[in-house]
Amino acid sequence: METMTGAELMVRLLERQGITHLAGIPGGAILPFYDALAQRGTIQHILARHEQGAGFIAQGMARVTGQAAVCVASSGPGATNLLTAIADAHLDSIPLVAITGQVPLAMVGTDAFQEVDVYGMSIPITKHNFLVRSAAELLEVIPQAFRLAQSGRPGPVLVDVPKDVQNQKISFEHWPEPGVREPGPEISLPAIEQAAALINEAERPVLYLGGGVVASGAAPLAVALAEQASMPTVMTLMGLGAMPVDHPLSLGMLGMHGARYANFAVQESDLLVVVGARLDDRAVGKASAFAPNAKIVHIDIDRAEFGKIKTPYLAVHADVKAALAALLPRVRPQMRKRWLAHVAALKARYPLAMPGRDDVRQHYGLIAAVAEALDDSAVVVTDVGQHQMWAAQAYPLRRPRQWLTSGGLGTMGFGLPAAIGAALAEPQRTVVLFTGDGSIKMNIQELATLAELQANVKIVLMDNRSLGLVYQQQNLFYGKRVIASRYGHGVDFVTVALGFGVPAFDLDGVADPKAALTEALTTPGPVFIRCPIDAEAFVYPMVPPGAANTEMIEA
Amino acid sequence: MIEQVAEPLPTSGFEKTVLELEVNNHPGVMSHIVGLFARRAFNVEGILCMPLPDGTVSRIWLLVFADQRLEQLIKQLEKLVDVRSVRQHGADHEVFVQAERFFR
Repeated sequence: METMTGAELMVRLLERQGITHLAGIPGGAILPFYDALAQRGTIQHILARHEQGAGFIAQGMARVTGQAAVCVASSGPGATNLLTAIADAHLDSIPLVAITGQVPLAMVGTDAFQEVDVYGMSIPITKHNFLVRSAAELLEVIPQAFRLAQSGRPGPVLVDVPKDVQNQKISFEHWPEPGVREPGPEISLPAIEQAAALINEAERPVLYLGGGVVASGAAPLAVALAEQASMPTVMTLMGLGAMPVDHPLSLGMLGMHGARYANFAVQESDLLVVVGARLDDRAVGKASAFAPNAKIVHIDIDRAEFGKIKTPYLAVHADVKAALAALLPRVRPQMRKRWLAHVAALKARYPLAMPGRDDVRQHYGLIAAVAEALDDSAVVVTDVGQHQMWAAQAYPLRRPRQWLTSGGLGTMGFGLPAAIGAALAEPQRTVVLFTGDGSIKMNIQELATLAELQANVKIVLMDNRSLGLVYQQQNLFYGKRVIASRYGHGVDFVTVALGFGVPAFDLDGVADPKAALTEALTTPGPVFIRCPIDAEAFVYPMVPPGAANTEMIEA
Repeated sequence: MIEQVAEPLPTSGFEKTVLELEVNNHPGVMSHIVGLFARRAFNVEGILCMPLPDGTVSRIWLLVFADQRLEQLIKQLEKLVDVRSVRQHGADHEVFVQAERFFR
C-alpha cells in the first residue's frame, strides 16, 4: 500500500513517464507540487522567466525528441501565459503535457485570487484537458494525459490541479502503467493497393510531405518511396528535413514562399500523394486553384483532415509510417524520365533566386555561412517572420527533427525558449536560432534562462529594425502605406544580451565576419550574434494571401 | 492582391438534421461539444441531454442545420476524447417532435 499526497503522486507519476526535465514557474496554487519536486529531487526543473517561455522550452524538448514534454505554471496569470505555447503545440501537433495549479476546489468559481477557468480557456487549443477533482483521479489522469498527447495525431493536453487536491492524501495498491503511444489505426490493404496502383499508373506524380512524416518517424520510408517511384517531392514548412534538400528529387518547400518550380510541379501534377499534411493555406494557396489536374491521395492519421480543404480521390487513414511501409513493396520501380526531365526544366527556368548568397552581411549569405560552419547534427530553430522564410528556403536541412519552427500558429517569440529546450534535450548538439529583432523581443527574458543553463544555443539575430513581413505586405499590397511596422527606436541588442549574461557581439563591427561567425558557432556555450540586415530586403517569391500558388510575385 | 473579403453569412435554405451523441458523463463534456459548434458559428437549434440508466454515459440529441460543413463538424466531434459515438438522423426524428410540446 502506497500513501502520499496528490503532489507527490504527480511527481512520481512524471518520473514513471521518464520525465527528467520540466520547465515552469512556481506560484501559490502550484507550490505543493513544487515542494514535492524539491523533496523527491529526481526531476530537473528549468526556471523560465515567463510561463510562455516555459511552454516553448517544453516544446523544444518535444520537437527534437518526439516524446511528450512537460511545462508547469501556477493558476491565473501563470496559466494564461502558457496558453499561447499550448495553442502553438496544438497547431503543429506537438506532444505537450501542461500542468497548472488551480485555486482550491472549494474556491473554484468564487473569483478567488489568481483564479481563471483555464480548463474552459484551453478547450479549443488542446487535444483534451482535465480539471482534477481528487488525488485519486491523478492515478488515471496523468498517464492518460501522456497517452493522449502522444497517440494518433500528437498534441497538447492540459491538466489543471487544484491546490487542495495536490495536498490531499491518497492510499493505493498498485501503480498505474505509464501512458504510452497507442498503435495507429489498422491499415486498409485495399486502400494501400489502390494508392500503389495510382502511383504506378500516374505520369506526373508529386509527393507532398508534411510534419506528420517527421512526427511518425517515416522520413526514410518517404525518401525510399520517392526514389522507387521517381516522384519529385515537395515539403511543407513543417515537413522540411524529411527529405534532404539537396536530394535530386527534392523540390524543397512549396507554398507562399516556396520555390516557383515546386509550386509549378504541383500545379502540373496528375497525382499528388499527400503524406502527413493538412493542406494548410500557406502551403496550398487558393484551395480551389490548387493542383487542378491532380488526383489527391491523402495519407493521414487524422480522419478529420480528409476533405477539410480538398476532397481526396483516395483517403488512407493510417499512421504514415505504417502506410508507407505497406505501400513500398507494392510500388513499381520506374524511371519517369519524361516527367523528371520536365521538372528539371522547370527548375532551370524558374530557379529560386538567392541574391547575396556569397555575402555574409546579407540574409541569404548569413544563413549559408552559418550552415557552412555547422554539420547536419546541428538543430536549426527559428522565430517567425522574414528570417524564418529565408532560413526555410536557404538552410540545407537534411534530417527530420533538425528543423524547429512555429508553423501553424506562427508565434513570434517561439525561437529562443524552443532553442533552449532543444539544447537541454540533446546537449550533444549545437542549436542555432535564427531570429529577428521583432521576434526576439517577445521572449527576450529567456536570455537569463540561457545564461543560467549555459546551454549550447547560438543566436543569430537578423536586425532590420522592422516587423519585416508586415512591412513587406504593406509595401506590396497596401499602397506602401507603412504603419506600425518600423521601430522608431533601435535596441542595442549586444548590450542587452551582455546584460543578461550571454556573450554577444555585432557582426557589423568585426573585420572578418565569416571567421568571427565560424568561431562563435563552434565554441561551446551560448552566444548572441547581432547581424544588421537591409530592411528593404523582402522574401521572394511570394504568393499574395488568398491567391493561387501560380500567382507568385518575384523581386 | 486578391483581398480576402468576408461573404455575407448564409441565413437559410439548409435542411435540419438530428445528431445523436453518446458521451462520457462528467463535467465539461458539454462545453467541449458546444464549443466546436460555436467557433464555427454553427447554430445549434435544439439540445436535449440525459444520462443513460447506468449513469456513466449520457446521450445528447442535437438539432442542427445540415450545411456543407456538417461532415467536417461530425469528424471533429468524433475526435473528442469523451465522445463515444455520433449518429445522424433525419429532422423528423421523434425526439424533438415529442419535445416540441414543452416549447409551446
